[in-house]
Amino acid sequence: MKPALRNPKVLAGSAIALLVVLAALFGDWFSVHALGQDPHTLDYLVINQPPSGHHLLGTTGSGEDVLAQTIAGARGSLVVGLVSALISTALGILFGVCAGFFGGVADTVLNFITNLFIVMPVFALTLIVAGYLNNTGTMTIALIIGVFGWAGGARSLRAQTMSLRGRDHVQAMRMLGESRTRLVFSEVLPRLYPLISAMFLHAVIGGVLAEAGLAFLGVSSPNTISWGTMIQNAQNQNAIINGLWWWFLPPGFCIAALGTATGLINFGIDEIANPRLGAARRAAQQAVKAA
Amino acid sequence: MSSGTRRRAIAFARRLRFYVIAAWSAVTLNFLIPRLMPGDPAQAVVQQLEVKNGQNLPPQTVEAIRKLLGGVHENIAVQYWHYLGNLFTGNLGISTGNFPTRVTTLIGTALPWTMLLMGVSTVLAFLIGTGIGALCGWRPGTRTDSVLSPLSTFLAAVPYFWVALFALWLFAFRLGWFPLAGGHDPDADPSSPRYWLSVLHYGLLPALTIVFSSCGGWLLGMRNMTLTTTGEDFVLLARAKGLSNTRVLFRYAARNAMLPQLTGFALALGAIIAGSVLTETVFTYPGVGSLLKQAIDNRDYPLMQGILLFTTLAVLVANFLADSVYVLVDPRTRAQGGDAS
Amino acid sequence: MSVLLEAQGLCVDYLGGERSVRACAEVDLTLRRGEILGIAGESGSGKSTLITALTQLQRPPAAITAGRILLHRDDADGGGTVDLTAADEKRLRALRWREMSIVLQSAMDALNPVMRLSAQFADVLREHRRGITKEAVAARTAELLGMVGIPAERSGAYPHEMSGGMRQRATIALALACDPALVVMDEPTTAVDVVMQRQIMKQILGLRRRLGFAVVFVTHDLSLLLELADRIAIMYAGRIVEIGAARAIHDAPQHPYTRGLRDSFPPLHAPLSVLHGIPGTPPDPADPPPGCAFHPRCDRRLDACDRRLPRLGPVADGRGLAACLLHEHPEEAPVS
Ligand SMILES: Nc1ncnc2c1ncn2[C@@H]1O[C@H](COP(=O)(O)OP(=O)(O)OP(=O)(O)O)[C@@H](O)[C@H]1O
Ligand SMILES: [Mg+2]
Repeated sequence: MKPALRNPKVLAGSAIALLVVLAALFGDWFSVHALGQDPHTLDYLVINQPPSGHHLLGTTGSGEDVLAQTIAGARGSLVVGLVSALISTALGILFGVCAGFFGGVADTVLNFITNLFIVMPVFALTLIVAGYLNNTGTMTIALIIGVFGWAGGARSLRAQTMSLRGRDHVQAMRMLGESRTRLVFSEVLPRLYPLISAMFLHAVIGGVLAEAGLAFLGVSSPNTISWGTMIQNAQNQNAIINGLWWWFLPPGFCIAALGTATGLINFGIDEIANPRLGAARRAAQQAVKAA
Repeated sequence: MSSGTRRRAIAFARRLRFYVIAAWSAVTLNFLIPRLMPGDPAQAVVQQLEVKNGQNLPPQTVEAIRKLLGGVHENIAVQYWHYLGNLFTGNLGISTGNFPTRVTTLIGTALPWTMLLMGVSTVLAFLIGTGIGALCGWRPGTRTDSVLSPLSTFLAAVPYFWVALFALWLFAFRLGWFPLAGGHDPDADPSSPRYWLSVLHYGLLPALTIVFSSCGGWLLGMRNMTLTTTGEDFVLLARAKGLSNTRVLFRYAARNAMLPQLTGFALALGAIIAGSVLTETVFTYPGVGSLLKQAIDNRDYPLMQGILLFTTLAVLVANFLADSVYVLVDPRTRAQGGDAS
Repeated sequence: MSVLLEAQGLCVDYLGGERSVRACAEVDLTLRRGEILGIAGESGSGKSTLITALTQLQRPPAAITAGRILLHRDDADGGGTVDLTAADEKRLRALRWREMSIVLQSAMDALNPVMRLSAQFADVLREHRRGITKEAVAARTAELLGMVGIPAERSGAYPHEMSGGMRQRATIALALACDPALVVMDEPTTAVDVVMQRQIMKQILGLRRRLGFAVVFVTHDLSLLLELADRIAIMYAGRIVEIGAARAIHDAPQHPYTRGLRDSFPPLHAPLSVLHGIPGTPPDPADPPPGCAFHPRCDRRLDACDRRLPRLGPVADGRGLAACLLHEHPEEAPVS
């Protein structure tokens, strides 16, 4: 934990992620009490206002405060990201670890399903299933994203599990008659945690991006504010051709920041686990300077 | 070497088997999705059309819709059989949003636009990203590398459609360099050179946004793979042989670092149609993506279903081709003959 | 015989800011034409670092921070002396494989997995003999493979289609492609079984007799070197601690570390006797002990050993060089 927090990339990434989490938890309260703006309030007297002292990031076509909406959007986006990541990670573990550990017929079947989901056009499937369901709530969207998005993680987990299973001490414990289910929980899963947590982070941002994409295409829960729905509203009300940049830039920027944060955390952890990547660069820089 | 040939044939058959089963699963999934959905999509479609036409539909049309989307009071196995029969005769039904145009006609008209725009820009993004990535990984720590690699991390996290909206706002709205919507000059005659120039002009901005935002992923992947590969002994040996730097990079380091990229490229090619939804929605481009968006907005179930089926099959074909090419570029897979993984 | 290669005061560091590691320190070496020089030492003693530096193949973070490497060229090749550490990339490229080639430890990783064996021979032959015909390339490849007992038909194979021993012999044949004056071998036999190991050693000796190249042969297995090498250098913590004729190293090791190393390997052709390992572990190269790096493990330690760094110098009977205070102050008695 300590070396991880000393890594500047992990530190920067965690700081941004923390900010988003805080916004998701206390954003509403903050907007109302500190900014004096409610994200849901429509004020038809001040529509399409550019940023000003009163509305720091301007207002939308319905007179909502863009800053308050952006803060509120953190919750909508993050909830979908987290729930879908939980679902896809759980499915990934179920398929990947079982296939890798039990082998045989189980592996053949599970691996086939995994490969099937890898080659399927997941985004189109998600979009169409969501399109069939008439009114989609936040949880339904998260569920669909999670159910279609687990296969890549399952593949890497399977490979890792297979190599773990081959290790001597695991083999020995199997010989000694340790139950296989017990082995999965005591020997295999703990060693997969680093991979699983990286997968989870990746899945969160994947979920946030997918939700934004779906919302942009009109598949969203009508009364939830998320960064995706903000951009969709902006697009629907022709924010572009009316030049209302303050409306669609902030939510996209927030998604990008969250994505960069998770990217930084994963990179930093990679660097700690695999020093060659970082060390090679630093040394090369030194060598360039020395020459 | 006949045993080698046989092994290769077996490997090929195994791959083919995977894709045949995958295609069958996709077709079946496509059959099941509307039947598993709550409510009665077929009834919804019939009602939509009746409202639109202001009169009752002829019974055989209603029957056809029910066959496609379920809700017939027939055994599900019989329904499935009819469905497969329709597929083999290329009958994907009739679009309700564009009644009475056939779904296949709609897809056929939209497809060339999507293939052109998405195909060209996906290939370009792959080539540029992989090329620069190889250079960054070959010489880590140079100025190019230390600027581009973090930038790519950021770009990979930016939602594509947002980049596209921004580009549309800046280059089309503010600067006026590009048109705001469409795929070609509506006033030009399709056989005139002016028309083709307008196709280029209209397609350029969407293509650039795709290249811009997907380049970074290829760059990062190739950079890290090249970095790993240059650490390998065979690259050291190639240098020891006194080969030129370009030869060491291309024939030894990048040649091997490319292999995982190719798998990704196959998936990306397959995802072209699905990915086109966002691009084409932002730029109001007349391709399959716009068609899908329109189908979802209109709850045009036959069109949705047709596009999904078509997309899935396209992905499978792309992957199958890529798998087969992969075998040519990585001799090691010839011996093992792995399946789709 | 004339001198082929000289290293003078060579230092190689793995750069890393304050955590830089000196993996080779002030190495002096002389190699004559046609000679086999063995380099032995425990894992981590800097053997690979030394020979990649000798062939100018070090890559970041490794860097040569001091010293020179002189290559004396044969009159037939134009003669003259080149300082490899000062030569630019173009100059080096012209010398590579024609003057010095290398055989790496693991042939599996040393051959490009996506190129046929024949192509890996062809590119180096073409590089160094401009205008060579296709037929000549094929003939030369067949000849080279023949030298190590690989039938010419196998040249169309990919590395993964060959056995480990065959791959290793192929890399040796590859090293001889341009008739180099020097072949550097980094543990070329550790990845193969004992039978194959013997066969490869025989082939190296036979080829050296026929072609007259010099060899720097790195291994951690001293008994192997006793059979192969003319002279042996012993490395410890990045320094050469003893160098001398192979027989002398075997019969009368002068450095306590050399003796420990000799006694910890079974001889290839002798009945097994009691083996004595060296107690303790090699030092951390990032934080070497003061004085002689071996003193914490040495059973003949002197008082001054943790303060004074012994220089490599002639030993009493004049048969080699050793870096040990025992030989600088033979009158001082060991601490009990
Ligand atoms: N990339 C690196 N960065 C930092 N230190 C390194 C690096 N590579 C090697 N070293 C250090 O340099 C020292 C010498 O390594 P080297 O590979 O030359 O040893 P060796 O004698 O060849 O060992 P072996 O018998 O295991 O091959 C080692 O102590 C190692 O810790
Ligand atoms: Mg070594």
